[in-house]
This record gives sequence, structure tokens and C-alpha cells, in this order.
Amino acid sequence: MNSLTNRKKVLESKKMNFWERIYLPAILHGLSITMKHFFKKKTTIYYPEQKREFSENFRGLHSLKRDENGAERCTACGLCALSCPAEAITMTAAERKPGEEHLYREEKYASVYEINMLRCIFCGFCEEACPKAAIFLDGDIAKAGYKRDEFIFGKDKLVEPIVK
Amino acid sequence: MDIAFIIEKLILISAILAISLVIAMYTTLAERKFAGFFQDRVGPNRAGPWGLLQPLADGVKLFTKEEIIPTHAGTFLFVLGPSLSMFTACITTAVIPWGQDLFLFGRNISLQVADINVGVLYVFGVVSLGVYGVMIGGWASNNKFSLLAAVRSASQNISYEIAMGLSIIALLMMTGTLSLREISEQQSGMNWNIFYQPLGFLIFMICSFAETNRTPFDLPECETELVGGHHTEYSSMKLGFYLFAEYINMFVSSAIMASLYFGGYNYPGMHLISNPNVAALIGVAAFFTKILLFIFFFIWVRWTVPRFRYDQLMKLGWKVLIPLAIINIALTGAGILFFGK
Ligand code: SF4
Ligand code: SF4
Repeated sequence: MNSLTNRKKVLESKKMNFWERIYLPAILHGLSITMKHFFKKKTTIYYPEQKREFSENFRGLHSLKRDENGAERCTACGLCALSCPAEAITMTAAERKPGEEHLYREEKYASVYEINMLRCIFCGFCEEACPKAAIFLDGDIAKAGYKRDEFIFGKDKLVEPIVK
Repeated sequence: MDIAFIIEKLILISAILAISLVIAMYTTLAERKFAGFFQDRVGPNRAGPWGLLQPLADGVKLFTKEEIIPTHAGTFLFVLGPSLSMFTACITTAVIPWGQDLFLFGRNISLQVADINVGVLYVFGVVSLGVYGVMIGGWASNNKFSLLAAVRSASQNISYEIAMGLSIIALLMMTGTLSLREISEQQSGMNWNIFYQPLGFLIFMICSFAETNRTPFDLPECETELVGGHHTEYSSMKLGFYLFAEYINMFVSSAIMASLYFGGYNYPGMHLISNPNVAALIGVAAFFTKILLFIFFFIWVRWTVPRFRYDQLMKLGWKVLIPLAIINIALTGAGILFFGK
């Protein structure tokens, strides 16, 4: 019977001849191969000193964006938190007071915005869900830490600094 | 026995102990470095320049780890196991001739701790004692897996000791002596035993791989497949002792292979050097070069050859190496009969 693709190869196990059975030639061959690798150029990238370039669509740490006037774009709509499969985002909304127009772009803003980086899987759904183009995963890779608290990133770490 | 003799021996013993420990220490680094090189990596390079302080870091780490003695384990035997392993690994160096005699302060200083006339037998005795460290450790852990591993590695060591002993008999027939110093002296210049006993050397080398539990015979440990062997229950420096003893064993068996088959401290052209002290010191350097080359070979093989299956291991030991060693004895006997030595 033909198999589905007809690409099946039947392998026969040949009886090994004397030279194959004493193994030593094969071991010597193996030793010569490993010795070749011994002198090869190493592929190691010395990480903290040397960095490999990220690809175009690399998803790193989140940043909360500001608009052209330096006001925060996020309006605490909660769509990012809703779309987050890891339930990593929590936020508290607050109403903008008169005189705070230069700080927050919309009338409602997030007074607390936290992402738990231990839960986050860097899927980028929050970025896709955001109607205000307020959150992007354009940062570096997540840093290591000693305590769990250090992985809950608040607004102090997330909101991008004002560029004048 | 004068006081100078005792001082001389004490200095020699401390020096040899220190050297073998330092070499074993740096073999652990070399193993990891070379493992990296063989796999196109660079190996540990963070602790000190080129990672040279890595063994110290490992030592500090092992010393500061929590020491766990299982409640069901027999404490005395549990501690005795690794100590015995370490002890037997260290005392073999006593009979190895490190070089020719030095003439210093009007004295003739022998670079060998004890030139006993049964040197080879002593080595074999101590190597067999090494099994006790493993057995006791596995037994005292009171863990069935440790015990199984200990039985496994004990039977491996015992099986390969037979082939090892038989392969050495052919050599002893040629040399006619059991003293390692005399065997070394007979090989002066390039008159090395390897040229007369290639098959014997091959068998001896394979057996010493098995005796030191190195790949391809590292079944007692199998770190890629099992949690560990007889040392599963061990932690902290007691585990360190077991692992370290393996590296000292590697150093010692390299030294023994070098002195039995590769001329020991002899090197070509040694008769041209008139100053005996210089000649002896170059001899020591030559000996250590040979040892280090053997250690490199141990590491090289480890990162090339995959592990044997247990039945294959036993088959190789009993059905291949022992008959080969016996054939080698017969061939050597015939050679001595027809050609003289
Ligand atoms: S990247 Fe994915 S997992 Fe992380 S916060 Fe955004 S939606 Fe949640
Ligand atoms: S980041 Fe975007 S999606 Fe999330 S709450 Fe703010 S505006 Fe809404």
C-alpha cells in the first residue's frame, strides 16, 4: 500500500562490520569533530556589555505615552485591563480638576495605573486595545529583581518622561 | 632517621598535596571552560580574569550551603563516606615518582614520598578502597536509590579493576618490577612503554576512565539523566568532597598512566643536560605536561562520547576487555620469549 506522501524511506539496519564494531575509529572521528569546534569562533554574545539588536516588532516593557503638549494620553477606560489575558493591569480612575489640563489630556485619567510584570506575558493586547494610543510595549526587556514588589510597575515607572 | 629527612618529607608531602588539590581545583574550571569551547561557547568568564577565580567561588558556595543530614541516615557513616573518598583519592600520590633526585644542601632529595617496592600494588589497593567511599555513602544515606546507585557503581569499579590488573600484568612481565620508580627509570629517554604495550595501554586507559567514573562510563552519576548517584542525599561540602575526589582521581590516574606508559619524568634528550638538578626539574615539568595532557584528554572525551548503557558497560568490561587483556599477556609472553626485552 502506498503511504500518503510516498516519501517514506524504509531503513534497513545493516550488520556492522568489524571496524564499526570496535568503535574506536568512530570515537576518533568524533574526537576530531569536537576538536574542530574547540578552535571555532565562539557564538557567545557577552550579554550585559554587548546587546543583541531587538527585532522590529519586539515587545518590551510598557510605557504610557504623553501627547504633543506633554499631557498623559490615558483616559482610564480600562480596555487594556479588560483585554489583558493575564489580568496584569489594574487602575483607579479619577476626574481631572480645573487647571490640570496640561497634565491629563482627557477629563478622566488614571490616578493609579499598575502592571504586574510577573503576570504580564508581553502579548501586546493592551497596546492593541487602547483607543487613545496611550500604551506601547516599546521598552527594554524586563529587569530582574529580588522582591516581588519590585515587579509591580506603577505610573512612576510607566509614564514616559516629559520631553521639552 | 635524622630530622632533616623528616622535614624534607613533610615539605614534599605538603607540596604534593597542595599541587594535586590545586590541579584538581583548576580541572573543574578547565572542564567547564573546555566544555564551552567544544560547544562553541566561552564557558565561565565572570569571576576574575577569564573566570580564573571560579573554583574559589564554587568552593565558597559549597561551604556556605546548608548542610543536610537526613534524619534516617547513620551520621557517622554518612560523614565517613565522602571523607573516605577524598582520603583514598589523595594518598595514591605517595608512590608516584615526580622526578629524578635533586641535590640540594649536600643532600640527595628524592622527589617521591615513598619508594616502596610494591608501588603498583599499593596503587591498586588504594583504588579498590575507593569503592568503600561510594558504598558507605550510598548505604548510610538510607535511600534506596542511593543504595542502588552505590551497588551499580561498585560493580562497575570491581569489573573494570580486573581488566586493569590484567593489563598491568603484561607490563610488569616486561619491566620485572613493581616499583614505580624503577619502572620510570627503565623508560629513560624515549624508551617509553607505550611503544611496547599499545594494547595494554588502551585497556588500561579505558579502565581508568571507568574507575574514575568519567564519561563514557559515568553511570554512577549520570547527571543528565538522574538526580545523582550514590551522593543524592548529600549536600554542601560533603557533596563537594565526592565531586572533588573525582577530579583528584583523574589527576592521579593521569599521573599513573604517564609514569607507567609514557615515560614518567623522562623526556627525549635528557642525557644532554649536564646539570642533574636542571635535568630533574625539566623532568618534573615534562611529567606535569604529560599529566595535564592526559587530563585534557579526559575532558575532551567527556564532551565527545555519549554514555554507555549499563549492560553495554558490563559487556565491554567482561567480554571484551578481560579477554583482550589476557591475549595481551600471552602476546607479551611470546614477545619476551622470542625477542627478549
Ligand atoms: S502585554 Fe498582554 S499580558 Fe502584558 S499587560 Fe499588556 S495585555 Fe496584559
Ligand atoms: S492605556 Fe489605553 S486602553 Fe488602557 S486605560 Fe488608558 S486609554 Fe484605556
